[in-house]
Amino acid sequence: MNITEKILARASGKEKLSPDDVVFVNVDKVMLHDVSGPGVIKVFEKLKNQGINVEKLWDSSKVWIAEDHFVPSADKVSAENIVKLSNFSKKYGIEKHFKYGLGQYGICHTLSHEEAMVLPGEVYVGGDSHTNTTGALGAFACGLGHTDIAYVLLNGKIWFKVPETLLFKLNGKLPEHVMAKDLILKIIGDIGTDGGAYKTMQFAGNGIDEMSIDERLTLTNMTTEAGAKNGIIEPDQKIVDHLASRGATEFTQIKGDSDADYSKTFEYEASEMEPIVAKPFSPDNIVVVREAPTVELDKAYIGSCTGAKLEDLEAAAKILKGKKVKIRTEVLPAAISIYKKAIEKGFIQIFLDAGATVGPPTCGACCGAHMGVLAKGEICISTTNRNFPGRMGHVESQTYLASPLVTAASAVTGKITDPRDLN
Amino acid sequence: MKGNVIKYERDNIDTDVILPGTYLKLHDYDELASHAMEGIDPEFHAKVKDGDFIVSGKNFGCGSSREHAPIALSHSGIKAVLALSFARIFYRNSVDGAFLLPIEIDEEAYKNIANGDELNISIETNEIKNVTKNQTYHMKPFSEIIGKIIAAGGLFKFKP
Repeated sequence: MNITEKILARASGKEKLSPDDVVFVNVDKVMLHDVSGPGVIKVFEKLKNQGINVEKLWDSSKVWIAEDHFVPSADKVSAENIVKLSNFSKKYGIEKHFKYGLGQYGICHTLSHEEAMVLPGEVYVGGDSHTNTTGALGAFACGLGHTDIAYVLLNGKIWFKVPETLLFKLNGKLPEHVMAKDLILKIIGDIGTDGGAYKTMQFAGNGIDEMSIDERLTLTNMTTEAGAKNGIIEPDQKIVDHLASRGATEFTQIKGDSDADYSKTFEYEASEMEPIVAKPFSPDNIVVVREAPTVELDKAYIGSCTGAKLEDLEAAAKILKGKKVKIRTEVLPAAISIYKKAIEKGFIQIFLDAGATVGPPTCGACCGAHMGVLAKGEICISTTNRNFPGRMGHVESQTYLASPLVTAASAVTGKITDPRDLN
Repeated sequence: MKGNVIKYERDNIDTDVILPGTYLKLHDYDELASHAMEGIDPEFHAKVKDGDFIVSGKNFGCGSSREHAPIALSHSGIKAVLALSFARIFYRNSVDGAFLLPIEIDEEAYKNIANGDELNISIETNEIKNVTKNQTYHMKPFSEIIGKIIAAGGLFKFKP
């Protein structure tokens, strides 16, 4: 069995599982945020009206909550959602609730690894499609809707069809000007936005072994854009050390058997990789940056679970140091802990000196919610994950998806720019 | 199950289009319905009738996991979405929450069914009758677990 099959077998008490088997698995961790949380509360209200007991969760210690989408509260409705969420965690005794303005908080998929909320070998479900991100720690991490999350909260388990696994091997270390974002855009371009549908996308090879955790997280994060059920990377010493530095040492690493089955293997040569952008209106609509259309950009956005981790900010700062941005540029670190490190390392000063605006952690503009929404006709280059019509604002706005290096270089020129071509 | 078709002849209708992100803070089902499909068809809310079906291409419902998407369609009156394929979270949200039926159709059905056609769908026989055109198509049967959850009326009523 491969890692995903072994985790699901462990969690369902089965000796062996194969693709297409349907099992109920015991869940180890579950996450809600300020969009899915109120959705789940609504499901609880419906269930209560049907006479189902919703007074007690299966295990409050396995539940955690992040305030990230509409924070700082965008308006009265989102402010009320935050109150609802607070009442929910109080009622059910949920202690791990990351509140904005109260110490550490940030985007849920960033907190999952920053705060070691999820451990290798676990089954982790979250009320958000990018829950896949956390598979970089060696967990089965999968996004679900409100009804399924409500079911998990009350029953501690959920059904899954065992996915087949696509294995993506990276041979060699990525060149300096290429980031994991370029690789995952290339992969999505190759297999399409449904190329991983219902499947596992697993990453391996010496190029992945060499890769930092922040970069690995970018890969698993965007498996969602290929439709995957989960993205995963077998845990190694880097993961063990990262979790240990956050006080998490008790877990069982699960790795695939040497004779594990993969339905298909894809090989990528790191030395052949180039900076890439995904043009509007799909993450699979890719082009090499040097062949990208000449468009006048209105804005550069460096934010989100995909593109505002510490190393993403470091990459952007490397480009922006001593330069001025030519277009509106917004930088929103993905969590307070990252924000603080970015201050210590001087990145925030570099962004401000370059003329960018630095904002608080929020999903905000990535999903067109608030704090940086695009106007009709505006064109944005962004370190985020999706560029469907209207994703970041008006339905006639446009988003180009790119790495932090490309986004920062483009902020300097106002055009889509390969970092190697910046003087 | 009888109703008329609203057809969107394109692939990858994502949940940002079905229910734009700015409305994610809303949780009143009727209010969500009033914004359904706003990202692609601002007229949708005015024209949709109770019992209608949506017909579309590949990878319907891709993107965000928002259950707001099937909720908004369901509370607009949509009873089923017929598509060449579905993204996984939209598919399971539709079934587990008992909001609507995600029905997989083949290229022939997709090509032949036109906007406004009246369909009569039977999930017992897996047949789709096009009353307007006097044609019959076959839908892909639901997998065992999906069939059982649908028959039960959603995940909470399903006994594993």
